[in-house]
Amino acid sequence: MGLALLAVIWLITFVSTYLFIWHPWWLPAGMSAAAAAIDHQFVTTYILMGIVFVLAQCSLGLFVWQYRDRGPSAPPAAYSHGNTTMEIVWTVLTAVLFVGLNLMGSKIWAAERFEPAQASAVPVEVTGMQFAWYFRYPGPDGKFGLTNPKLMDPSSGSEAAIGLDTSDPAAKDDVVTGTMFLPVNRQVDLTLRAVDVIHSFFVPNMRFKQDAVPGLAIHMHFTPIQIGDYEIACAELCGLGHYKMHGIVKVVSQEDFDKWIAAREAEKQ
Amino acid sequence: MSTLAPNFAVKDPRARDAGGGAPPSFGGGGDGNSGGGNGAFDYGERLRRARLGLALGLTAVIMLFVGFTSALLVRKGLPSFDVQTNTYSRDWVPINLPWVLLFVNTAVLLVSSLTMEFARRAITRKAALAPVRSIPGVSLGDERGFPWLGTTVILGLGFLAGQLLVWRILHEHRFFVNTGPSSSFAYLLFATHAVHLAGGVIALMYAAAASWMLHRPVEAQRIVVDIAAWYWHFMALLWIYIVVLLMIVR
Amino acid sequence: MATSEVVHAHAAPQGFIRKYIFSLDHKVIGIQYFFLALTAVWVGMFLSLLMRIHLIWPQVDLPIVGHIQPETYLSLLTMHGTIMVFFVLTTAPQGGFGNYFLPIQIGAPDMAFPVLNMLSFWTTFVAFVVMIAAFFVTGGAPLHGWTGYPPLSAVQSTGPGEGLGADLWITSIAIFCAASLMGALNFITTTLDLRAKGMTLMRMPLTVWSWFITAILGLLAFGVLLSAGILLLMDRNLGTSFFLPTLVVNGQLMGHKGGSPLLWQHLFWFFGHPEVYIAILPGMGVASQVLSTFSRKPIFGYRAMVYAMLAIGFLGFMVWGHHMFMSGMSPYSAFAFSLLTMAIGVPSAIKTFNWLGTIYKGRVRFYTPMLFAVGFVSLFVSGGLSGPFLAQPTLDIPLHDTYFVVGHFHLIMGVAAIFGIFAATYYWFPKMFGRMMNEGLGRAHFWFSFIGTYAIFMPMHYLGMAGHPRRYSQLTEVAYLHPLIPLQTFMTYAAFITIGAQFIFVINLFWSMFKGPKAADNPWDATTVEWTTATPPPHDNFGGQTPVIHNGPYEYGVPGAARDFVMQTDPAIGATH
Repeated sequence: MGLALLAVIWLITFVSTYLFIWHPWWLPAGMSAAAAAIDHQFVTTYILMGIVFVLAQCSLGLFVWQYRDRGPSAPPAAYSHGNTTMEIVWTVLTAVLFVGLNLMGSKIWAAERFEPAQASAVPVEVTGMQFAWYFRYPGPDGKFGLTNPKLMDPSSGSEAAIGLDTSDPAAKDDVVTGTMFLPVNRQVDLTLRAVDVIHSFFVPNMRFKQDAVPGLAIHMHFTPIQIGDYEIACAELCGLGHYKMHGIVKVVSQEDFDKWIAAREAEKQ
Repeated sequence: MSTLAPNFAVKDPRARDAGGGAPPSFGGGGDGNSGGGNGAFDYGERLRRARLGLALGLTAVIMLFVGFTSALLVRKGLPSFDVQTNTYSRDWVPINLPWVLLFVNTAVLLVSSLTMEFARRAITRKAALAPVRSIPGVSLGDERGFPWLGTTVILGLGFLAGQLLVWRILHEHRFFVNTGPSSSFAYLLFATHAVHLAGGVIALMYAAAASWMLHRPVEAQRIVVDIAAWYWHFMALLWIYIVVLLMIVR
Repeated sequence: MATSEVVHAHAAPQGFIRKYIFSLDHKVIGIQYFFLALTAVWVGMFLSLLMRIHLIWPQVDLPIVGHIQPETYLSLLTMHGTIMVFFVLTTAPQGGFGNYFLPIQIGAPDMAFPVLNMLSFWTTFVAFVVMIAAFFVTGGAPLHGWTGYPPLSAVQSTGPGEGLGADLWITSIAIFCAASLMGALNFITTTLDLRAKGMTLMRMPLTVWSWFITAILGLLAFGVLLSAGILLLMDRNLGTSFFLPTLVVNGQLMGHKGGSPLLWQHLFWFFGHPEVYIAILPGMGVASQVLSTFSRKPIFGYRAMVYAMLAIGFLGFMVWGHHMFMSGMSPYSAFAFSLLTMAIGVPSAIKTFNWLGTIYKGRVRFYTPMLFAVGFVSLFVSGGLSGPFLAQPTLDIPLHDTYFVVGHFHLIMGVAAIFGIFAATYYWFPKMFGRMMNEGLGRAHFWFSFIGTYAIFMPMHYLGMAGHPRRYSQLTEVAYLHPLIPLQTFMTYAAFITIGAQFIFVINLFWSMFKGPKAADNPWDATTVEWTTATPPPHDNFGGQTPVIHNGPYEYGVPGAARDFVMQTDPAIGATH
């Protein structure tokens, strides 16, 4: 039985580790400026926790086999209530490991979240509602116009879905779409809003996630660094359509982005 | 007024019986058990234990109000994004509370705490003298004391009636539970306190019944009244906390 | 006068109702809690079976249940989580085994407040009935997840199930809060006040420490959950705006304004984090107890184990924000919570090292309780090590609300804590029912469960890393999830086998209760006080003889002793911790 435990624990450990190393399933390709640092922190944590995982599981398996009761003639168990020195040593080591890891990652957190967006960032407002995402661009005046909850009507198109108040002059040039276009290599200054329940704007390739909370307008930023189409998945339970509340972020060149915005502005005339 | 020290522990005269026969051995004195069979029933132990249990229960009630208080402070201070102005604004409109009536209510509750304390001391004394009274032929004179317990119940009911009056006045001034966060919290705090106080009134009525109708031994009655008394005092303190909180934060 | 009082309070009750229904005996109440949890876990497992089937075959039409709609899936997962966390993990280890064995292990004849104990069980029972009732009302059970975030949980029109079903859900939880608080009060008073002579705090078995600390956590945490539940009921039914800002739901402008959904999250997680420690601490206590018994060795570092549990309990109140890194909370607060969360990993690691140290140089006997205790350690390591990923807000960005989290908490709560319950069952069954459970069936149950649960929950980490969000009723709509369907399929088949294996446990349990070989008073040669009593113990546990304690709880393999174990009530051996 001890041997069986050893075998199974070691097998599970090695299969898991092998799969983690070979990783047929892994983090999606990182397409934002922050992705490299986040992934590096992830891999560091992974390797360190992986070492602890293998050592702990293998010791467990080894000990239950090595110290199995071999019968009445075998020596008795060692009588010991513990070892204070060892306790102190492994407590300190564990604390150093955990706290150290945390402090390492905190620099990235600070860069992502403590600093506001740069002045040259592209402003985009993201509005989540059951069960779609809408994206608003402020247009040439650079200002987002007012919205009014009383004017919200998703069946009348994107502008009406977010309740754009067309009587506000700043709102006249706002572009509202169901697909998010972004220029590559430029930071985007997101304002996240939600209309009905909490949603979460999650773009796995951008290593970006932030809850969109009714009653708040949350500012956050990221910088896409590669042209392509990236999926958005809602990451906060929002009702029966949560599983299909997805969208697309299209990262294009700056020229293509300007052309696209101009085309949308032209449609509004 | 009772001149007795408040912590007169009542010990059953048979608590230290180490004689042979049916009573179990208690493994060399100083046991913490309240009897695994006949004999040795230490009411002092049971009172201490009941007080500990009450203190723990009150800790839980405190945590309930800690939850409410932190919700109140957060809600008051928190701005909400007003989509119509694209800015954050606060929507806290202070509630107009009928302070005179609230202070009258407070006075009623404090007086009831006083009467409750007299009741507690009266029964403490009665329990202390129980062994003496049980000696045949001994009388300590007229046993009838002032009905402090009944008075407390009436004052408690009066407080609850006063609460209903407060709520009626708030309604007349158009402050309903959903008028705004300020009034929501006021109703919430008042109502939760009132529910707990009503529970206390029921406990007092049980204490009265224990004495008149159920004929529980006086030491057992004492425990019930003692616990109900401390609970009652806590309700008074809690009420003062609520009133002060609303005064500062309303 | 006093004598008749005493006899009345502690004489064995007569009549079926007083003996089995409204019993004041902590042993009967413990068994009642155990069977309530057993019922709840089968309901919860059935719900998860339906969930697993739906995930890989969303269009299938099942017998009786029919076709599972996306909203039904969400109701299944809400009720699965709620029932498992409250009515299994907070009930069986504490209410079940704690109630039965805490008084006996400290040498007491019963809990401090037997009537309150009986009330706390029946209140829990009522809470369970109210929870189940949510399935059967118009609209069905709520779909807002066990975490119940408003506005989804606070506005009736956000989805089916958010009507009366949600009100019943909140009410059930509120009733459960009251029941837990009553129980916590009883446990703490009993531990502090009813210990037998010689049972100092540092001689208490680690199981007693775990129930004691769990009760303290419950006492401080459930009041806050109750406050949150009351506020939510008010928002739902009285038009208040504690949690609700201006909202437009389904095109309708709601009358609320100014409230904060984050306020709920703070209140809920202030309770919710200590709750997960409430779920695991008793399992840790049982693991220590069983590992020591079956390694024939004292627990390695008893004092460190106690301090570690105290540290986990204390720190457990300071880390709730790590559930909210992505919520819109201040990033500075996130940093603070993150540091404290990493800190709480340290006492958990200490306990793991000490469990390994207990087995080291022992003489391991592989009875079924030991298998589950060893399994507990393995699963605790696996589940625990995914914690440091989630504790770092930077890594929480890709991993929050994905299957990585689901894998993490299932390994810790859904498997390790359950293994703790199994270990306790197999260990204490002889004492509770006077018979032995079948070893062969026990081993089969262990192997299927151990391998099966790893097969179900380890792959969840890969899903999470790939960005698979949680609470998705199907994977068909989001393109990057399609390659992950084979993994979900594998997990579903593993779940079929693992759930099937639980029948082995139930068959063993009930068959052994009536037909198992009779058990000796101390079949495991264990040292703690419960093994000195008759089997099953009499009404007052010790037959009128109060035990006197002379030794620590884990004196195995004492050099020079007549046997390889010295019981706590045996004459003192002079060895101290």
